[in-house]
Amino acid sequence: MIWIFLLLLIAFVVLAYVAGRALAVRRSQGAKSHSRPSQHGLYALIWVGAPALAMLIAASLFSTSIEQQMMRAGAPDSVAQLEPFRREAFFADARLVGAGQEARQIWPAPYAEELPAEGRRAHRIASTLSWGGGVAALIAAVLGGLFVLTRIRPDLRARNKVEGWITGVLFACSVVAVLTTLGIIFSLVIDSLRFFSMVPITEFLFGTKWSPQIAIRADQVGSSGAFGAVPLFAGTFLIMLIAMAVAAPIGLFSAVYLSEYSGRKTRAMVKPALEVLAGVPTVVYGFFAALTVGPALRVFFNGIGDMLVGGPLNGLGVYLSLVQNQMALVAGAVMGIMLIPFVSSLSDDILNAVPQSLRDGSYAMGATKSETVKKVLLPAALPGIAGALLLAVSRAIGETMIVTMAAGLAANLTLNPLETVTTVTVQIVTLLTGDQEFNSPKTLAAFGLGLTLFVVTLLLNIVAMRIVQAYREQYD
Amino acid sequence: MKSRILRAPEGTSNGGASEPATLTTVPTVGAHASAPMGPIKIAARDVSVFYGDKQALFDVSLDIPDKTVTALIGPSGCGKSTFLRTMNRMNDTIPGTRVTGRIEMDGGDINDRKIDPVLLRAQVGMVFQKPNPFPKSIYENVAYGPKIHGLASTKGEMDEIVQKSLKRAGLWDEVADRLHSPGTGLSGGQQQRLVIARAIAVEPEVILMDEPCSALDPIATAKIEELIDELRERYCIVIVTHSMAQAARVSQRTAFFHMGKLVETGDTEEIFTNPRERRTLDYITGRFG
Ligand SMILES: Nc1ncnc2c1ncn2[C@@H]1O[C@H](COP(=O)(O)OP(=O)(O)O)[C@@H](O)[C@H]1O
Ligand SMILES: [Mg+2]
Repeated sequence: MIWIFLLLLIAFVVLAYVAGRALAVRRSQGAKSHSRPSQHGLYALIWVGAPALAMLIAASLFSTSIEQQMMRAGAPDSVAQLEPFRREAFFADARLVGAGQEARQIWPAPYAEELPAEGRRAHRIASTLSWGGGVAALIAAVLGGLFVLTRIRPDLRARNKVEGWITGVLFACSVVAVLTTLGIIFSLVIDSLRFFSMVPITEFLFGTKWSPQIAIRADQVGSSGAFGAVPLFAGTFLIMLIAMAVAAPIGLFSAVYLSEYSGRKTRAMVKPALEVLAGVPTVVYGFFAALTVGPALRVFFNGIGDMLVGGPLNGLGVYLSLVQNQMALVAGAVMGIMLIPFVSSLSDDILNAVPQSLRDGSYAMGATKSETVKKVLLPAALPGIAGALLLAVSRAIGETMIVTMAAGLAANLTLNPLETVTTVTVQIVTLLTGDQEFNSPKTLAAFGLGLTLFVVTLLLNIVAMRIVQAYREQYD
Repeated sequence: MKSRILRAPEGTSNGGASEPATLTTVPTVGAHASAPMGPIKIAARDVSVFYGDKQALFDVSLDIPDKTVTALIGPSGCGKSTFLRTMNRMNDTIPGTRVTGRIEMDGGDINDRKIDPVLLRAQVGMVFQKPNPFPKSIYENVAYGPKIHGLASTKGEMDEIVQKSLKRAGLWDEVADRLHSPGTGLSGGQQQRLVIARAIAVEPEVILMDEPCSALDPIATAKIEELIDELRERYCIVIVTHSMAQAARVSQRTAFFHMGKLVETGDTEEIFTNPRERRTLDYITGRFG
């Protein structure tokens, strides 16, 4: 039903554009008009489209509550006397029946008898409302059109007005993004404050025991739970270090190769390949880590361990032969692989921003390629590369999927890459999946962790962006 | 140190190229002109340069004498920079570039497969249009070449090289008290003299300059021109310039290029007062370019 109105509206809008343009031509009578005819057309289009659109949005916002009011107002006594939530469920079923579908519940008498009649009434109300909305939109469009047709004159500054509207729409879009972010931060802060009212912030930041399980009944053993996040920070840090140890050199050197050594043809092949790698979903890296790299490394370490058992390094051998699939090394290494394209494409941009004149200067001094890279390009690009690496660190810290699948869940406080560790992101996932009650510290702890993560990555990003920005300006 | 790479052993050189005498007798457009100048340092014969399929230089033959400033003039895009870059093989660093013909320095072919362009460039310094000091200290900038080529074995020797080069470039007095501050912090004219100091620190024999003053103000330009005149005593200098007045002021020899071809070459005075080619006259009197 509503699409008839939409088609009509589109026709109106097109008509407004054409009419506005024609009118502008006619009324200018060959004299010089301030704006071009098509700008008058756009101006008319906006004045027809915008009121109609506003009306449609308003109708869809309010129609639900109006419908509920009307259903309640006209309900038969038996239904009106139901408890509120039963009544609403009845209306919902009436709506379904009215739309020709099955009711979700089986209603006993006398409600069952009322259902068909109520269904028809719901249907009537719904169609009245949608017709009402559509007609209102059309009226708004017509009024807007009548108004604008009187205003099209040669001296109307249609160009500026259209520009103003476009600016407004673009601004509104950016405001949506900013406001959403602010809203997220706000809720993060509020819920974190609730968490820190239950668990002291010092315990959270400096405690070394993480065990968020809280018993459901107060008399259960271990009912208190421990919220010292240091093991999580350490695990996050360890995995980040391993990832950067993989990603920084490989990414940087491949960027050096791409920007300084490779020919145009190689570059044209390797660069897109790296970018494809950057588009692989992290969950794919995750199961690559969990199902391929993890077992392979376990077999490798167990093999070494078996060889050492009984020898002078017996203790180490026993330890190695018991290494498990899930360890920090696996998650870190695979995360490093994930970050290689990120690091290399950023570093490549940064190396390309180093002016060609510096390369020429170095080559003209009789420097070789590697001397030029080592002594001129890398020092010149260092600040930018540092920024790029910080951005990579911030991604490593926030990465969730790979660690969830490959690092394990045990909150061990260790820097041994062969142990299972857990990270801030993994704990947020485990805290918020499965059954939960919203007010327990166990659930709220996720917000505390989220806020910490947010603050750290935000700071890292700000610092990194500053560095990269300052670096770019240096050569502008 | 002198001619360390180009003096090919007797008998291995190609086609008697080790006798510079044969080269100086090859007639060039300006061969009749005579001016007080050193022996022929660089001799280009039928040099053509291609960027991909596009030919930028057509059969250029030109003799460049030692201890002399030779100016390359011509409208922009006529191939002056391209020709300049053939003399230190900087065209090698541009992908898809092909050079044909012979360029001989002290009688040896610089395009010979035995010649390492990296070493050639230590012998033929280059100064670019825009000052391009490395983002390092003034000292490190000048020491860059000597370090790469192992010219100093002690800190004292390096200090000496740096001081001598800065003095020759006429920059010492201005930077002696801040050798360790960044070279990029100097003024444009100072940066250009720093770059010249950097080039002479490796004891080159030839210095190529590609419009070295086009980014500088008149006072800095005057200083560089003065410096070029002093450097002439020691080096063979080739300078590209689009300023007629500059060519007249600093050079003894001038070569006029047009559309990738060498139109006319001779003593600067000759070229500016009595050019033999119509196109040269038109150019120096400002009728085109
Ligand atoms: N790297 C390059 N790739 C392709 N064409 C080039 C390149 N450098 C110069 N050219 C072309 O070669 C011609 C000569 O250029 P150039 O030697 O820079 O002229 P000049 O220095 O006299 O202004 C010009 O047509 C220019 O477009
Ligand atoms: Mg040029």
